[in-house]
Amino acid sequence: MKFPKLTPKHVTQASLSYTFTRRAMVLGAMQGGIGVLLAGRMGWISIAENEKYALLSESNRVNLTLVPPRRGWIIDRHGRPIAKNRTDFRVDIIPDRLQDKDRVIGTLAQLLALAPDEVDRIREDLEKAAGFQPVQVSDKLSYDQFAAVSVRLPDLPGVAPAQGFSRDYPAGPSVGHLIGYVGVASAKDYEKNRNPLLITPGYKIGKDGLERTYEAALNGKPGAKRVEVTAHGKVVRELTTRPDTPGKTMQLTIDAGLQEYAGRRLGTQSGSVVVVDCHTGDLLAMASMPSFDPNSFSDGISHMEWNMLSEDDHIPLRNKVLQGLYPPGSTVKPMVALSFLEAGLGPDETVNCGGAIRVGNGMFHCWKRGGHGAVNMHRGIEQSCDIYFYVMAQRLGMQVIADMARKLGLGQKFPMPYPSQSYGTVPDAAWKMKKYGQEWQVYDTVNATIGQGYMLINPLQLGMMAARLASGKQLMPNLLFGSRHRPPPAQPLGVSQQHLDIIHAAMRDVVNGGGTGGGARLSAPGVLMAGKTGTAQVRRITMAERAGGVRSNASLAFKLRDHALFQGFAPADNPRYAIGTIIEHGGHVNIIEDAPRISGDVMSYLFDRKGALERLAKYEEGWGGDPFTRQKAQMAAYRAAHGLTPAAPPPADNAANTAAAEAPAGAVPGSQDRAAAPTTPAPAEPAPPPQAGNAQEVAD
Amino acid sequence: MSIVPHTVSRLPWRLMLLVSIIAAFGIVVLYSAAGGSMTPWAANQLIRFILFTGMAFFLSRMPVELFAALAFPAYGAILAALVLVELIGGVAGGSQRWINLGFMQLQPSEFMKPVIVLAVARFYARLPVGEIRRWTAIWPALVLIGIPWALVLIQPDLGTATMIAAGGVVTMFLAGLPLRLFIGTGLVGAAIVPIAFSFLHDYQKKRILIFMDPESDPLGAGYHISQSKIAIGSGGLWGKGFLQGTQSHLDYLPEGHTDFVFATMSEEWGLVGGICLIGAFMLLFAWGIRVSIRAGDRYASLIAAGLTTTIFFYVAINLMMVMGLAPVVGIPLPFMSYGGSSMLTVMLCIGIIMSVERDSRQSRPGWS
Repeated sequence: MKFPKLTPKHVTQASLSYTFTRRAMVLGAMQGGIGVLLAGRMGWISIAENEKYALLSESNRVNLTLVPPRRGWIIDRHGRPIAKNRTDFRVDIIPDRLQDKDRVIGTLAQLLALAPDEVDRIREDLEKAAGFQPVQVSDKLSYDQFAAVSVRLPDLPGVAPAQGFSRDYPAGPSVGHLIGYVGVASAKDYEKNRNPLLITPGYKIGKDGLERTYEAALNGKPGAKRVEVTAHGKVVRELTTRPDTPGKTMQLTIDAGLQEYAGRRLGTQSGSVVVVDCHTGDLLAMASMPSFDPNSFSDGISHMEWNMLSEDDHIPLRNKVLQGLYPPGSTVKPMVALSFLEAGLGPDETVNCGGAIRVGNGMFHCWKRGGHGAVNMHRGIEQSCDIYFYVMAQRLGMQVIADMARKLGLGQKFPMPYPSQSYGTVPDAAWKMKKYGQEWQVYDTVNATIGQGYMLINPLQLGMMAARLASGKQLMPNLLFGSRHRPPPAQPLGVSQQHLDIIHAAMRDVVNGGGTGGGARLSAPGVLMAGKTGTAQVRRITMAERAGGVRSNASLAFKLRDHALFQGFAPADNPRYAIGTIIEHGGHVNIIEDAPRISGDVMSYLFDRKGALERLAKYEEGWGGDPFTRQKAQMAAYRAAHGLTPAAPPPADNAANTAAAEAPAGAVPGSQDRAAAPTTPAPAEPAPPPQAGNAQEVAD
Repeated sequence: MSIVPHTVSRLPWRLMLLVSIIAAFGIVVLYSAAGGSMTPWAANQLIRFILFTGMAFFLSRMPVELFAALAFPAYGAILAALVLVELIGGVAGGSQRWINLGFMQLQPSEFMKPVIVLAVARFYARLPVGEIRRWTAIWPALVLIGIPWALVLIQPDLGTATMIAAGGVVTMFLAGLPLRLFIGTGLVGAAIVPIAFSFLHDYQKKRILIFMDPESDPLGAGYHISQSKIAIGSGGLWGKGFLQGTQSHLDYLPEGHTDFVFATMSEEWGLVGGICLIGAFMLLFAWGIRVSIRAGDRYASLIAAGLTTTIFFYVAINLMMVMGLAPVVGIPLPFMSYGGSSMLTVMLCIGIIMSVERDSRQSRPGWS
């Protein structure tokens, strides 16, 4: 094999040496050139692009953490807190700094009295957690526990005590529906608004009620903390801190003491109380009970507690003040009487009540079987005689009643700062035609005069009716305190003061005379309550039953009992406060927990606080404590009932077992709650039908 | 006649001063990289430097003929070690580059970098002068380079393989092969790069692709380059100051004490520090090239220039890598990067070049 000659050139030792020298110099020059090139490249990066890289280096080094803002307080008209922020003491473990895991956890368990399942949870979390992500040991510690851990810090490497804020509602369940609650932002909230604050630990937003409506004003501006961190996320040191701007304080027209009193005074009943200032329309109390405890809702509620609340036939999850609709029953009678007076009826005209009258094809009964005899307007209101109103309403017609009802705020959509409200109905011929395509009938009028039939009302409307009747002014409900929020002074209703005086006198005698509302008398000497009771039937009384005697409410299932209502004002001669109370399915079975007595005590709180509180304390002994205590007991009973049932959802945890040991076996859910009721309540029904469906055409 | 003994005064003190300054600077940077501590790196590095400097002096006393005589045996021994490494790796599974000797981990490919120069130079030195422009002058050298290159490439260690090939080819170039061969090969090489690319390992491909656009994957494979450029760029002209580097101290810069030590240095000493260091290396290369040109013997000339170029490749590839001009290939920066193997290799080169220098002075006493 022959290779082609590469070159004809003659090569000598000298020429090779020369070539080498030349090439070595070329090589050296190239090396120098590359050196210059590298220096140039470095200059470009560190001088021309210095700004860009310096910024990148800073953003590497500095980690910005948001500090959740403290939420604005909600205070009452006297400045007492209704919703405030509690300093939270919590203890976390930083896994990376932990040295002797078992010893540290053991010490903590002893110091903080941790339950064994809590200790297991911490161990599990520690195994899952990596690096510098803190693992929560416990939050909501007492200051003593917090201090006990803090002083032992040198012996507990990896343990990090911290302080934060969480929402606190001192009155608990009593303000649940009034204020709403806060909670961690949901994934949906974050999708809508990609604010990193929403996913900052410890940040909560308003979820319901005023907390939700006034979220923007209450939530404030977050602070920020700049810290130097390593690539692994370890915090080296704090650089600067910008404090948070707390949310605005909101002052309500609510009287916190009255609100809590009303909530507690409702006792074991499912009901609501509205108290209105007759001069301004300010809402002093708006209680709906039973209620959830906004404190536990704000901490994140357990499935068990949620199930218990949603299964309860007392509907603790509904704000009955704004969402409950009820037939107003006889509480409309003063309003109806006022419409008669304005339509020209003389107050002294009498009707003879024989216990029943025939209207069209049907018999309409008075609530008093024997009848009242001769009844004028004063007596008609005082004794709540149905026949008087049946007769007079047929004479004057529905339209005058409907007009007056609307004037007094029935059916009116009051602008309240709540996400969801239901409004009552004032029926008349036009309404019925539009709604059902049917002619208005005489029996419709007769039903409406005693607040049955199509007529519906929510407790706020009841309270406002009382306030307008009392003041003779077109008051509007007002919840925000301060001149800035107050609506302009209310215009007069345009009814004669003389006529109002006649109604007021009759209402005074309902309570203080021989009327039906004696239970509502005030304990304060010299202050008289004026009012009107009401009973709203939720079932039809058949002819057969009436023949054999109407069954007593006490013998009926809870859901079939009558609603008990009361509306009124005090003092009777110079109205200052108006009240509206509705007890769902109260049925007048328990005199202490009936609407008049509750209204009387709540009103007494405003004139004789000490006496009212003393009475409440006595009642609560019989009810098994204040709403907090009762709710706890109810929860324990519920857990016990479910913990013992094989079909119960998850296996009972330790707390449930403890509860089971203490509570009587087989306790009916919520039985504690109604211990004072004279009869055993029927088993809870799955889901209560909407309140509007409860109103049925009845004649009584 | 001075009081200093002749043998001592004849040592290349200025060169040793230069190398010592670079190494001392490296130790200072390692001290900072450890968060202001001599442990775990700076102290070790200092001890190694002293040890290997002694070794370099020892080598400088050896006659050049010894390196010529040992070139092929050493080449054969390292080649055998490379094969052994490949066999062990095949058994253990995965990439294997070293033999565990118990007391240290021997990475044979590291020694191939200077030895390939010695072997190729030895081949050309023995080649009759007239043969240099024939095929017989080309293929044996290509085989000498090709076998270790292939063995290292399949380890796979792209950086070291490249350095072995480059060292050998530069020696061929210096030996006086026709220039058009290099130009022609360069052109052909440019044409087959895309084909060669398809034969690379996935992770090597990824490294090359990400080197083209490091920002495309700033948290993944491009992280090294991104963070290195941030460290260099944020240093600015004067740097953040000794012990003030955040990229290195807060662990954002990976390998801040080994391959990316230049970035660690730049962050704290800025462009000024970088220029001084590059300048010092350039002085070192200028010395090496000067030694090669003044050497009296063809073999000595070739190894001096070849080994200088080997050190140069270390520096150039490393700096290009940390500045985002080359993919991340794991070539350390001589005297600066923490690690025994690379310092040993570089000091071997320095010692041999010093030996060439001493040899040329003895044979031509007129030079100094």
